Amino acid sequence: MFFWIIRRDLLLAMRRRADVLTTLFFFIIVVSLFPLGVGPEMNMLRTMAPGVVWVAALLAAMLSLGRMFASDHLDGTLEQMLLSPQSLPLLVLGKALAHWLVTGVPLVLMAPVLGIQYDLPVDALLVLTISLLLGTPVLSLIGAIGAALTLGLRGGGVLVSLLVLPLYIPVLIFGAGAVEASAAGLGAGAHMSLLGAFLLASLVLAPWTTAISLRISME
Amino acid sequence: MAINWFKYSSPASFYFLAGKMIPLFSIAAIVLCAVGLYIGFFVAPTDFQQGEAYRIIFIHVPAAWMSMFLYVVMAMWSGIGLAFNTRLSSMIATAIAPTGAMFTFLALWTGALWGKPMWGTWWVWDARLTSELILLFLYIGFMSLQAAIDDPRRADKAGAMIALVGVVNIPIIYFSVKWWNTLHQGASVSLTQSPKMATTMLTGMLIMSLACWMYAIAVVLIRTRAIILERERHTAWVGELQGATP
Repeated sequence: MFFWIIRRDLLLAMRRRADVLTTLFFFIIVVSLFPLGVGPEMNMLRTMAPGVVWVAALLAAMLSLGRMFASDHLDGTLEQMLLSPQSLPLLVLGKALAHWLVTGVPLVLMAPVLGIQYDLPVDALLVLTISLLLGTPVLSLIGAIGAALTLGLRGGGVLVSLLVLPLYIPVLIFGAGAVEASAAGLGAGAHMSLLGAFLLASLVLAPWTTAISLRISME
Repeated sequence: MAINWFKYSSPASFYFLAGKMIPLFSIAAIVLCAVGLYIGFFVAPTDFQQGEAYRIIFIHVPAAWMSMFLYVVMAMWSGIGLAFNTRLSSMIATAIAPTGAMFTFLALWTGALWGKPMWGTWWVWDARLTSELILLFLYIGFMSLQAAIDDPRRADKAGAMIALVGVVNIPIIYFSVKWWNTLHQGASVSLTQSPKMATTMLTGMLIMSLACWMYAIAVVLIRTRAIILERERHTAWVGELQGATP
């Protein structure tokens, strides 16, 4: 059932490729806007790069959250999932993973290319990519809670940002901090460990919380 | 004598209990505030390091304490409301949020006013300031989520979920000064050690904290009464109330 959900969501995403590409291009455009805004001074760009890429990843992940449950809610699939004898947290975990595969993974793959735009050295690119790889699943998992709570509300899109962005802040701090620490020669190990801890904690708690939230929203 | 506490978990009986308690807490808040401010401005000595500017502590520290404490209380009532499905608990949680947000804003604002003469800047991106700012965002998220949902039952439960998720931030704020080396000074008051400040200053601060506490209780009770009336407007007892006081 878990793999079935992932396969189904991926299939649905592939049928509507434009949605996936929109998120990716949003990410690319936001990152590319910063040098235009603050000026093409390479030293400044190099120090800004991790933060900019991370903030753009946060916004891109958040923008696509609305789609996580909304279409299933509209066509009644979500109701069937709630009624099914399978464990709901597991189904939610599958949906969050599919969301990450569709929106998170392209961002992770794109990040080194964008890092080059900002003239990041190779080892910083590597750290940035690994930190995104650890951090973006957390964004999908925490975002699922917000998406479940705002299901079917008017102005849900703006509301989800108010709910979810404050919870994203720790991931942002340690994700961008990892690159800065490695650039300062401190080593990114501590930041990576914390990101991994966030990932594990949200892997356990977020699907469960999302399942409860879905039941509240669908009552 | 056994008191039937569950009697007051009914909004109808709590409404009258709250009505009797509000004047008590309001008077306590006014008296304590007057005493605290008198000590703060006239009795407490001038600080040898910080001069007169330190006197902002008498509102800054109580506001910061209350901002964290009220969030925990709000999350607790949310959790009780979610677990036992009691209407009143969720109403109280809803009533606490604006007061908590106000204290958070007050703590940030007075902190900025204090930071300017002491650190030479209104704002620094230090761990404690940032996490207090996140706390403000959490309060705002809670309130806007509840405002967006028309069905009060769903609003209560959805708000409760987000309040409980956000409660992880509280220990982070509290320990941020210990965990990270930051500009914000460490705690001057703790339960286990003797306080690192003059007794009169401490007394003033504690009295002001009590005043804030009383104020928060009074305001939350007033707001809870308003919420009860709004939600129970179709019930018989509210109808009688309107008939009794035309």
